[in-house]
Amino acid sequence: MEQPIKKGLDLNRRPMPKQPVEVRRHNFEEVALGYDARLAMEEASRCIQCKKPGCVEKCPVEVDIPGFIQAIADGDFERGVRILKAKNSLPSVCGRVCPQEEQCEGGCALLKKAGQIAIGRLERFLGDWEAAQPDFMLPQIAPPTGKRIAVVGGGPAGLTVAGDLVKLGHEVTIFEALHKMGGVLVYGIPEFRLPKRIVEREVEYLRRLGVKMVVDYVVGKTRTVDSLLEEFDAVFVGSGAGLPWFSEMPGNNLNGVYSANEYLTRFNLMRGYTFPMVPTPVKEHVRVAVIGGGNVAMDCARTALRMGAETTILYRRSREEMPARLEEIENAEEEGVIFRYLTLPIRCVGDERGWVKGLECIRMELGEPDASGRRSPVPVPGSEFFLPFDAVIHAIGNSPNPLIPQTTPGIEIGRKGNIVADPQTGKTTKPRVWAGGDVVTGTATVILAMGAGRRAARSIHEYLTNPSEW
Amino acid sequence: MFTILENRMIVPNIYLMTVQAPDVAKGALPGQFAIFRPEDDGERIPLTLADWDAQAGTVTVVYLTVGRSTAKLATLKAGQTLPTVVGPLGNPMEIDRFGSVLCVGGCYGIGSIYPIARALKEAGNTVVCVLEARSSFLLYWQEKLASVSDRLVYLTRDGTRGKRGHIGSLAEIIRTLPMRIDRVILNGCNYLMMRGSQETLPLKIKTMVTLNTLMIDGTGMCGVCRLTVNSETKFACVHGPHFDGHQVDWAEVTQRRKAYLAEEVIPLRTTRPL
Repeated sequence: MEQPIKKGLDLNRRPMPKQPVEVRRHNFEEVALGYDARLAMEEASRCIQCKKPGCVEKCPVEVDIPGFIQAIADGDFERGVRILKAKNSLPSVCGRVCPQEEQCEGGCALLKKAGQIAIGRLERFLGDWEAAQPDFMLPQIAPPTGKRIAVVGGGPAGLTVAGDLVKLGHEVTIFEALHKMGGVLVYGIPEFRLPKRIVEREVEYLRRLGVKMVVDYVVGKTRTVDSLLEEFDAVFVGSGAGLPWFSEMPGNNLNGVYSANEYLTRFNLMRGYTFPMVPTPVKEHVRVAVIGGGNVAMDCARTALRMGAETTILYRRSREEMPARLEEIENAEEEGVIFRYLTLPIRCVGDERGWVKGLECIRMELGEPDASGRRSPVPVPGSEFFLPFDAVIHAIGNSPNPLIPQTTPGIEIGRKGNIVADPQTGKTTKPRVWAGGDVVTGTATVILAMGAGRRAARSIHEYLTNPSEW
Repeated sequence: MFTILENRMIVPNIYLMTVQAPDVAKGALPGQFAIFRPEDDGERIPLTLADWDAQAGTVTVVYLTVGRSTAKLATLKAGQTLPTVVGPLGNPMEIDRFGSVLCVGGCYGIGSIYPIARALKEAGNTVVCVLEARSSFLLYWQEKLASVSDRLVYLTRDGTRGKRGHIGSLAEIIRTLPMRIDRVILNGCNYLMMRGSQETLPLKIKTMVTLNTLMIDGTGMCGVCRLTVNSETKFACVHGPHFDGHQVDWAEVTQRRKAYLAEEVIPLRTTRPL
């Protein structure tokens, strides 16, 4: 145990140590280095332990945040891990990729004084501290219930459902379509933001809890949901992202034009940043354009930059409206990504061999606020201009994965191809089938998928304990 | 892990591999594909199923060695394992009682046309198979295909077996057949499918092709397999891989297929020998 630190109101948020910009823009290693024990305890000691904590209210998976922070402040990291893991099976992941500013940290009492506790960094600290211990601390598992659950998709939603249900004594099997567990955590989020060994460790933890995992198994193709229902008491569908969207303009099928899904999958899941040492080919691009302003756009741009390309983000509104996390925008800016705001690509221009050579764009100005409350961009007539690029990445979202909707009779499908599920319980219109994550909501965040998983697990457990009342 | 039962060169540069993959074999239908990974950290290679045995739990593919990954696949021996064989993916080929169907196979397409011809025959069609190759020494599976066709036509560029010519003679072959052809199915390289579709267009015979676009996940996520069909963007992995050959934008398909031609062989020159 470390020695506790003396208390007193302290509004100085401890900064996150990071790799220096000049170093990190040339490597794929993690940018944020994490708090050490001392920094973590200093930061945790600033928490005023509110009676009615706003942070917990805003946490999609209901973590006892003041509890684990107090444990850190006391230097009792083991207790902290136990409190944290009671509600969140993936702390090292969430501590890195959750939008804390909109969630827990947005509810912090010290926010008004601009001194909100760095909850995400503390969560990450505990997750990483545990990972550095010789072995996992495994929680109590309820006695076996004999009930069997199939989870479709090994991403954040599926992993959460599996972790929650296995602790309640149920037998859980995850079916994953790709060759690695983790879903978007392994194919989408880059190594420099979420090292894959961390995902592997969180997956290993679930395996040690008793979750069975089958990779290279495409439910909807290898086997249908109906067939799973013959063998399992309940099925949870968390099949995630589907067909990528491309901005509406001619030329999107030229060579050198990517969806963010393709670009990131090549570099993350297939480890393209080590090509040719790994065989999945990637191109050496000189000038890369990324269309979009979300976290995925930042991930694509920062990947392209690390591969040595001059990289530009094209966004049709201004910096204030960008949906990406401020932290990610700042990282990208620092690393040298060029931002062109109020710019809308209208045509992808190709050369005679079918390769993209640039984008015709038009300048925008901000008009009246739209339904989302953001000022909507309006094209400025006659302001067209050309920008040369040899690669264009569309990072504007995707539709839900179509395989389960296509092959599961009796499940209601929404207008956008999503599975319709009760937001409170994850229940679909098909008996004994629950769903959550991107396949229900369309493109969203890791933590929202985990929250949906948590609620579905609760509902599945209620059903399994008392099926006659359903 | 998926155990290899057989992996051998059947004609120059074309290999036949049979692997234990019971889950894939169980649901396989003609025209579907599976994704193979030859090694840890290996590339995901989509290959059309050329045969399967649900009882024995095996699937068979025929592949051409092109780049580093297929070259690696070719080095593996019976008894070794593959980390990934996943499928069956894509939609099956539409099988119905069409009347007389002409099935054309070239290169690895001779292998993949076989289960399609077999299913068409079982559905009560008159099946004519055309096997196309540069020379007779590149032909294989003649007996297998003969067993599921009413008539087998050979077409070689050098005339060493059957008719002398290439896919550009398809219209002429169709004209000289004693029966009216109600549907044409083309399996093989891009050129064969494009050229064959051009041949059947003026004859107004519905022509289906099995595209071999680039893919990564093969489950509708990455979007690299997109193509234009009848002016609409389609994704080969979930909307195909079978399309009406008269509606495919072939110039685009050909150009997209070449995207990584140079990179596919770089690891062969710059990393450890296989």
